[in-house]
Formats: sequence, C-alpha cells, structure tokens
Amino acid sequence: MSTMNTVGRPTAPVPHQPEHDYKHPTLTGGRGLLQDEHLIFESDGWFKTGVDLPEPRGNGSDLGALVRHDPIGLPGLSEPQAMRHYVRLSQKNHAIDLALYPLGSCTMKHNPRLNEKMARLPGFSDIHPLQPISTVQGALELMDQLAHWLKTLTGMPAVAMSPKAGAHGELCGLMAIRAAHEASGEHARRRKVLVPTSAHGTNPATAAFVGYTVVEVAQTADGRVDVADLASKLGDDVAAIMVTNPNTCGLFERDILEISRLTHEAGAYFYCDGANFNAIVGRVRPGDLGVDAMHINLHKTFSTPHGGGGPGSGPVVLSAALAPFAPAPWVVNDGDSFRLVEREEDEAAQAFGRMCAFNGQMGMFVRALSYMMSHGSDGLRQVAEDAVLNANYIKARLSDVMSAAFPDGPCMHEALFDDSWLEGTDITTLDFAKAMIDEGFHPMTMYFPLVVHGAMLIEPTETESKQELDRFITALRALAAAAKAGDVERFKGAPFHAPLRRLDETRAARAPKLRWSAPEGHNMAAE
Amino acid sequence: MRYLPLTPDDRTAMLAAIGANTIDDLFVDVPQPARREGFVDLPRVSGELEVERALVALAAKNTAAGTVPFFCGAGAYRHHVPATVDHIIQRSEFLTSYTPYQPEIAQGTLQYLYEFQTQVANLTGMDVANASLYDGSTATAEGVLMATRVTRRNKAVFSGGVHPHYVRASETVVHAVGVETVSLPAAIDAEAAVIDAIDKDTACVVVQTPNVFGTATDVTKIAEAAKAAGALLIVVVTEAVSMGLLKSPGEMGADIVAAEGQSIGNALNYGGPYVGLFACRQALIRQMPGRLCGETVDADGERGFVLTLSTREQHIRRDKATSNICTNSGLCCLAFSIHMSLLGETGLRKLALLNHDKALATREALAAIPGVEVLTPRFFNEFAIRLPKPAAEVVDALAAHRILAGVPYSRLAPGTGMDDVLLVAATETTLDADIKILAEALTRVLAA
Repeated sequence: MSTMNTVGRPTAPVPHQPEHDYKHPTLTGGRGLLQDEHLIFESDGWFKTGVDLPEPRGNGSDLGALVRHDPIGLPGLSEPQAMRHYVRLSQKNHAIDLALYPLGSCTMKHNPRLNEKMARLPGFSDIHPLQPISTVQGALELMDQLAHWLKTLTGMPAVAMSPKAGAHGELCGLMAIRAAHEASGEHARRRKVLVPTSAHGTNPATAAFVGYTVVEVAQTADGRVDVADLASKLGDDVAAIMVTNPNTCGLFERDILEISRLTHEAGAYFYCDGANFNAIVGRVRPGDLGVDAMHINLHKTFSTPHGGGGPGSGPVVLSAALAPFAPAPWVVNDGDSFRLVEREEDEAAQAFGRMCAFNGQMGMFVRALSYMMSHGSDGLRQVAEDAVLNANYIKARLSDVMSAAFPDGPCMHEALFDDSWLEGTDITTLDFAKAMIDEGFHPMTMYFPLVVHGAMLIEPTETESKQELDRFITALRALAAAAKAGDVERFKGAPFHAPLRRLDETRAARAPKLRWSAPEGHNMAAE
Repeated sequence: MRYLPLTPDDRTAMLAAIGANTIDDLFVDVPQPARREGFVDLPRVSGELEVERALVALAAKNTAAGTVPFFCGAGAYRHHVPATVDHIIQRSEFLTSYTPYQPEIAQGTLQYLYEFQTQVANLTGMDVANASLYDGSTATAEGVLMATRVTRRNKAVFSGGVHPHYVRASETVVHAVGVETVSLPAAIDAEAAVIDAIDKDTACVVVQTPNVFGTATDVTKIAEAAKAAGALLIVVVTEAVSMGLLKSPGEMGADIVAAEGQSIGNALNYGGPYVGLFACRQALIRQMPGRLCGETVDADGERGFVLTLSTREQHIRRDKATSNICTNSGLCCLAFSIHMSLLGETGLRKLALLNHDKALATREALAAIPGVEVLTPRFFNEFAIRLPKPAAEVVDALAAHRILAGVPYSRLAPGTGMDDVLLVAATETTLDADIKILAEALTRVLAA
C-alpha cells in the first residue's frame, strides 16, 4: 500500500538521473521542505510587532534631550511570521537530535529534555542574582549539591563555580595559580606556562591572556607528552603546565603521575584541561593524578546543550593549595542554611577577584545536576565506559580503510585518523568531511589536533546506539571506497545535498560584511 | 539507564570486534594507582520522577520573582518574554547543535547570528557587533583589553557609576596582563568626572548609562574629551531595553559598547546564562574579541553566512589571539534575537516607555514616604533612594513580608559609605498594586 498515492495510482520516480546533477535549480529557490528564507531585515512590514503591549502613559519628555529620535533599524514580525522565520532557519541546521554529530573534543551527546524542564522551574529561572539570601536557599543548596558531585567525581577538595565556559574556567584556574605564586613571592620569577603542541587553542590563548609566556612541549611518536622534553623545560621560571587528559589525540597520558610529580618538584602547578573528562568520569579521579586545577565543561561531560555555540559553564575544581585563592562568590553550607560569600574579605581575603558579575551559569547548574542525579554514580561510570567503547569500536571498524593516527593500543573517547590513507587520491580531509554531509552525518573535527596531518577526530559519545554507529561506519567505509576508486567529483564538489554548497570563506574574510545594511532609499524611519 | 542505548549484548559484540576481553582492557593506559574499582560515593541511577521530585523541592525553597512584588535590578531585569521565544529556542536544531563550524549545515545558526549582530549594532548605534560574549561584565573586561590593543596604552579609567561587580570582574582580568585601572569613587551622577582623569597613558574611559544608580547621562562630551586625548570611550549598558528610549551610545560617540542583553528574551536565571553584547566602530573590527558571522556566497553563488575573521581567534592564533573565548552565548543570542524580532522598533519603543512609566510611578509612591530621599536625577527604569536605615536591613525586613524591594548598594560595594542607599527597579511586569504594596510596607518598616 505504501506505493499508492491519494488518487489510488502507484507512483514512481522518473528514472532519468543525470550524473552529479544533484541540485537542479528550482524556479523560486525553495526546495521541498527547505524554504528559501530571507533576512528579517528584508521582510515586508518593518513596523509590525508581534507583542501586544498597553499604551504607555508618558512619552519620556522628562528625559529631554536624552530621548532617542533616530530610526533604530529594528524590523518587527507578527507572531506567525516570526515562528515561520525561525522554523525555516532551524531546518538548515544539523543537530544531535537528528543524527550522529561526531565532533571530536566537543562531546555532542544527547541532551535530556528533563534537564530543560527542570531549568525552567520558576524557582530556578525566575530568581534574581541579588535577591536576599533567605529567599534563594534552594538555589544555594543546588549549587552546593552540584559542587559536592563535582568534588566527589574529581577527588578534589574545592570548586569555583562561577566561570562561564571552559576557556573562562582555564582563565580562573590560571588566575588561582598566579595568585598562589604571588602569595609565595615567586610570581616575578615564574613567568612561563608549558603547553603541549597538541593542546586546544584556548590553552595557549589563556596563558597569554594572563600574561604568561607560552612554551611548547613536544609530543612523542605515540601521541603523548614527551616527558623528557617536559622535564628539560621545567624549572623555577615555570608557573604551571597545562595538559589535557585524556589528551586531544584521544589518548590517556600514561605518564601522568610522572608528569605531575616532576611539575610539583619544580614548584609549578598542574592545570588539567578537563574537556575530555567524559572519557574517565566515575573511573578515574583527576585528584588522584596530582591535578591542581581543572575546569569541567558542564556542556560536554554533563550534557548541558551546546545551543549553537553556547552558553556553556566551566566550574574549576581546585587542590587544597589553590582553594584559598578561588574567586568570589561561593556558597557556604552552614548546616541548617546556606550563604553566599560575595565580599573579598575575611574568609575570602585571599580570593583573586571575581570572574563575572553574578553567580555563574545557574541555568546550566540545574541541567547538569539533573543529568548527574539521573545517571547516578553507576550510570556515570557507564557513560565513560560506553563512550570509550564506542570510540574504540569505530576505530576498530575503520582502521582497515582509513589510517588511525595511533594504531597501537586503545583510544579513549575519540578515534583519531590522519590523512595518509588519502594519499594519491587528490582528496583532502576537508573534501572527505564535506562528502560526509551528503551522507547525512556531521563531519568529525578536522585538522585538529595540529600534531597530526589532516587530522580527523571522531567522538561518537556514549549516547549512540550500535545500530547508529554501524550506519555511520557503513557510510564512512563506502566513502573511503569511493575515494580510493577515484570518484573525486563526489568529494571535491561536496556537499551537493546540504542547504548550501561549499561556502566561500576567503571572500567573507577579505571584505567582511558583518551586518545587513539598508539599501539606498530604504525607509527605516518610524511611521 | 535510559540515556544509554547499548545493551549488554551490544557491548559484548563490540568488545569482540575490537579484540578486547573486557572494558578494563580499554583503560589499560590509566596508571594502576589511579584506577578506581566500584562506584564513587554518590547516589545511584534515578528515574525521571525521582529527579523531578528532588529538584522541584529545591526550587520550592526559592522565592520566584513572579510570585511577589518585585523591584530588583542592578544589572539583571525581570521582563516578560513571549512564549514563542522559549518554544523556538528549544527546537532540536537550535538547542542541540554546535558552533557553526560546518556552514553548509549550520545556516540556521549562522543566519540568526548575522541578524543578531545587525540588531545589536543598530540598537547600540554602532557599526558592527560580534556574535556575543558571556555577559555584560566579561564584555566590559574584553572591551578594556581591546582598547589597550588599539591604543597601545595601558590604563583604564572607570567612572563611579559603573556597576561595582563589572569593575571588579574587569580589574581581575586586566590586572593580570598589567593593565592599570583607576576606579573613581561611587557617585550618583558624575560620569563626566572621568574626563579629569584622562592622561596620555589612558587607553579608555569606561562609563555606564543608565549607571548603577539608574542615572541616564548624555556622554557626548566625554566622548569628545576621550577622542581629543587619543583614548577610547567604552559605554556600558546593563539594561538593554533602555536603548529603546534613550539616545544610543553610538549616537553619543562611543567607540566600544559592552552591554548585558539579558533583558531581551532571557530569564533572570539567578545570574546566568546571560548574553554579553559587544559592538564597536568599523575601524576597530580586527581587534574585536569573540566570534563574528559574515556574509558570503556558496559554490553556486547563493548567499550564505560563515564565521569569519577567525585569524583573531584562539583556535587559529593560539597565544596571539585577541581573546581566549571559545564558547559564547549562542542560544541566549537566539532568544534575544527572536524577542527583538517580535518587538520590532514599534514594540521596543513602547516597551521602553512602559518601563519608564512604571519607574516614574514607583518613584512618586516612594518619594512620598517620610524619610525617603530620591537620589537619581534622570532615570530609565531604575533609581536610587536614601533610607533613614541601613538598606540591607530594610530589604530583609520586607523580604520577610514577601516583598523583594530592590538591591542594597552595600551588597555590591560594601564600605563605601552608602549603606543607606537602595536601588529600586520597575519594569513592564510591575503592577500598580505592587507599587502600592511596596510603598505601604516600606512606610511601616521605616516607622517601626
């Protein structure tokens, strides 16, 4: 019956399918479910509004010359128009809810909707950051509970909750380290931060942001920190090392205990980039590895949604040596009630300052705690195990057709391939990634880490089923076969089936057009 | 566990495909002393119902702003957000997507960012805006650092009207790179005092309008003075709705605007997530921090959008980047942009006037109370009053009567001799009845 249409006749596609004529232009720009959607600034009624408000009593005349008279340049949409505009836009996005999103280092896992529901309880979403403490006891209790989970899972004694994202957490951690060196009178001497070449770009950027000189540490042939090189660079001029573990090659740093020992012997602190904590949560505590500070991306390990680029949340766990320098504010559990330490005095006299205006990303705290409570200690351990299992499964099933960057031994939560297997095909990592789009998958992280040529970093996460992994593996194997068979156009021209073909990024950067501007004669003035 | 799709059979089959006997074989690189057996000491897996019960119980211990007469502001404002906003931002394609690094399958995110950037640029009266920073306070810190790069000078002057937490968050970061700051004493109405502090080392002056006491200021003369001295003017705005009524920072000569966008489209959320608005003049764009979305074309010549000028950013420039920022406030930008699209110019102007109306009415009611002195001369939706008692005590006494009367200035800046100053904000959500309740209760508390 599935072949019958509403007039009762079977239908079938027209057999003609010219080679690579993937995108026969339509007459209007619309394509099936994909609507051609203009900018809000190009909509018809510039002066419409989708919000019905009562008439104001005054006109601001008491403010005299302070009143704004120029046209602001903000088009308005009625509610149905707004709904269509954004729904049409939404259909041009890939999403984890649609299919595998294997961006290595980014941890695109399922975002449970319970967490969204909890974050929207008015008791959390509709409270002001400066309400009297007696009226926000539940919020402080929640922050205290989340802090307890984070400290327990990491084996660390303290946590600074206010950093707003991973890079903000790095900043917080390095500021605490700097404050500790200042307190011991060593800051003037310790001006270097050691960072492996494979690090996330945020690590050297953060170290420079805090005024340190960045010194790169070499990597061994098996994708780990070169301990001999590290040891030769450690000294009394080094403030800290920043090491990601598991690292950005998806490998656990086998010599991590030696690395932390050498670091501490040199009088430096060990900052760990916790972006990949999801690979070890419940199985390894960073506190047992000698870490002094580590940010935790709640939007990675603990599944608060990435939202197209943010918001994130980056609490930083701290060792006993660094805890006194944590930034204000923080929550104190007094037994029968909770309070917020906001002033940098008394118990907070050594706080290095303040990361942001208020108390951190409360909306993300609620989601993360909801996620943690749902999993429990048993579920979180399973998270790490399944994430690692899924990545190793992909690595095992693709290593015969693609070249694993570090074939020996297991990987952690992500599988890293290089582009040596593409040699002689005239196809690059970028081309391969774009062809994946045509097959319905989001590409993996490309060209990162920098230490691997043409890197393809695949992180499936634990929330993929075996069936979806097999679907992905089948697609990649088919693409690899096509690449080796010389089907170059499939890759060079890709994507053919996405809402847009390949974008001209060079042109965008050469003459940046960063905003819509009214064409000549456009009437932006209020009616 | 309901979020984990693998079955025990799957795991067995996958381990076999890998050539491993047990899951432990995959963790062999973890040094023996750091391997943990068994579960950490935390509760075990919980069903949705149990989690919901626990969190609802915590939420119930807080006093939600919408349930009481509510007058708190000082950098976070309670506005009505249309239902459409929250519906759209929860669509899977927006909620569960990543930074748009693959533009062919992220045009939804990129187009709204381009629209957001244009809305923010127009609202602030500036040439260009970025795709957001974390919040207004971190945007202010980034603005100061940017000004030092642009001017190659090393000092920032903050007016006594800038939100004390913004000053502190900025100082914390910029002191680390050796930038000197001068923070003028708290003042209700003296933004222009920064002019006298400008010297040849001044990279920027930072003023706020409306300032933390609510005072609205025409900063044109400050802009002229800064320009004459080769310094930049950074204008901070913590209440974005105010720009629907007040002259824009751009019109008054700002070089950089650092603003909090929470007021449009975003809930109070106990302080975050919020959305930092960051805008500047065209000539400064290559020194901007954060992501930028730009227009281009695809291989077929169709218009499209991409992240651009990324050679400023950490993933390319590493230790030479303009900022270390990576994650921004994407979904909060979307909420801002949808709400702003619904309002449009017509709605925004009206909303701003309604806020002003409510604040005027609140002032009138409070000014009539014996012992209360209104300190703020010109304001948008927030003003400061002096009380005959410490403001924190009064606020606590009113909270006990389920009235959230505002923010004591001493909470933001203790020890400045302004313990008797209370910041009072009103918005379109404020009811006339709420104003009456506040005035009556405050009269009683002050008489007690």
